[in-house]
Amino acid sequence: MSLICGTVQADSGNVRVAGTDLSSLSRGQRDRFRAEQIGMIFQQFNLLPFGSVLDNILLPLRFAPTRRARVSNGRTEAHEICNALGLPDLLAAKAATLSVGQQQRVAVARAMIGRPPIIIADEPTSALDATSQSAFLDLLFTQVQAHGTTLLMVSHDPRLGERFDRVIAMEEIALIERQAA
Amino acid sequence: MILRLAIGSLGARALTVAMTVLAIALSVALFLGVEKVRTGAKASFADTISGTDLIVGARSGSVQLLLYSVFRIGSATNNVTWESYQDIAAQPEVNWIVPISLGDSHRQFRVMGTTVAFFERYKYRQGRSLSVADGALMADLFDTVIGADVATSLGYSIGDPIVVAHGIASFSKHKDQPFRVSGILEKTGTPVDRTVMVSLEAIEAIHVDWQNGAQMPGQSTPAYTIRQMELTPKAITAALIGVESPLQTFALQRAINEYPEEPLLAVLPGVALQELWAIVGVAETALLGVSAMVVVTALIGMMATIFSSLNERRREMAIFRATGARPITIMGLLVLEAALTAAVGALLGVLFLYLGLTIAQPVIDRAFGLWLPIEAPNMRELWVLLGVVAAGAIVSMVPAFRAYRLSLADGMTVRT
Repeated sequence: MSLICGTVQADSGNVRVAGTDLSSLSRGQRDRFRAEQIGMIFQQFNLLPFGSVLDNILLPLRFAPTRRARVSNGRTEAHEICNALGLPDLLAAKAATLSVGQQQRVAVARAMIGRPPIIIADEPTSALDATSQSAFLDLLFTQVQAHGTTLLMVSHDPRLGERFDRVIAMEEIALIERQAA
Repeated sequence: MILRLAIGSLGARALTVAMTVLAIALSVALFLGVEKVRTGAKASFADTISGTDLIVGARSGSVQLLLYSVFRIGSATNNVTWESYQDIAAQPEVNWIVPISLGDSHRQFRVMGTTVAFFERYKYRQGRSLSVADGALMADLFDTVIGADVATSLGYSIGDPIVVAHGIASFSKHKDQPFRVSGILEKTGTPVDRTVMVSLEAIEAIHVDWQNGAQMPGQSTPAYTIRQMELTPKAITAALIGVESPLQTFALQRAINEYPEEPLLAVLPGVALQELWAIVGVAETALLGVSAMVVVTALIGMMATIFSSLNERRREMAIFRATGARPITIMGLLVLEAALTAAVGALLGVLFLYLGLTIAQPVIDRAFGLWLPIEAPNMRELWVLLGVVAAGAIVSMVPAFRAYRLSLADGMTVRT
């Protein structure tokens, strides 16, 4: 995941994301690439607790001029995404005051804003109970389909695999690596 | 938005940040306060005597002459004869001249013989005159006017008797001729506060029965006989001179320094005060250095606080990194926070200073005769404030650089 996001460089071989070879980019360019191309959702603690919900959602735009250009009015856009995610009007609230489920949905809103082509989610549902899990995934899939975004998700739960187009088990990757070595 | 987030981040750690701000504020207030006292003391010192163009005494050093004639510290090496005094007084350049005769004391305070003109001519703090707080100037031969410190520390009031001792720290007293307190001066913050002033004739009067520094045994001239006597002094210790025109000051100074009958010395009080300050001022500079160290300590305290906050903020940095922030941005964020903290601290320090000054100004003036003006910060002080903010930013670069390295290594996943 760090390789795809460009915070770590491959020792050998190439990593191509959306047609761009990351190893050909400088560190600064990789940071910029990540800001422009990728929306990131963590397991938990996705938000800056002291920032307002709005500030948290708009944060990626600060580092991605192209994404920023796609958003004419940050506040309206954020409001729309939150509506679509079923969040009540919380834009002015401090992120720390939200429930975990709400925080995860704000994280989705942050990943979606400015419509980056790829969203990477690192076990986004592991902090949620089973019911919220599937509701959360429903929302996520609706959004991703509506905008034609690629969703790359890491999960420990094989049951979730049914809903994805492609599933790669980590054991297979490890096997390929060993054969290559 | 970055600024808002930086403020938000500071707000999230309100207590530790408030402590840091307080430390910086106090140190800045201390530093500026010392600076104020320093400049105030220097100004007060330079204003110990004003309006006097020349001080004349027996030939010695200019600082020494200033010390005994104005500050009543040390003693004169020699006297100025009355003839020389009259010669100088007769010079056309001289507008006024006030004789001073020192050498006797009352308790720990010096006794100064002079004329009533002294109270009119002696000026301090940019031309302020001496004023009588209680009673009147001396009218009788055995009248004294005492400074404010003399009155308060010895508890004297108008009409109290005073016995003058011969010499300084001496046990032989001029018991035969007791004086009476006729006036008490307002507090000035100058050595006048610590002086007992009598007329020039009175100095002669108490030495009528004395010869070669000792009382002649068995002789005691009654006060009424003394009053009949011719009491023109034979010598004085020093004299204050005002010239007709400032342009003549140097000519008169040269004339006095080259006076053929007697080795004399004339000094410009301002120049001599500066010479003296060059010696005294070292202590003030040391004080300033110490308070500068306090500011440095407060800033290093801030650096330590940032360092200790880094670990709990790694997740925050990971979020920034995930949204595309460069490590240098994170470093900048930390430096910005530190600069903000230092700026708030510096401003609060200024507030503390003015608050303190408003409360302390009258107290300090009364207790030490030191006038600390309350005025808008001057350029120098503004530079100091700017320097504190800049130093805060620079100091924070050390932990910020660590944050830079951490966020490079961590990327988006926090390894703890």
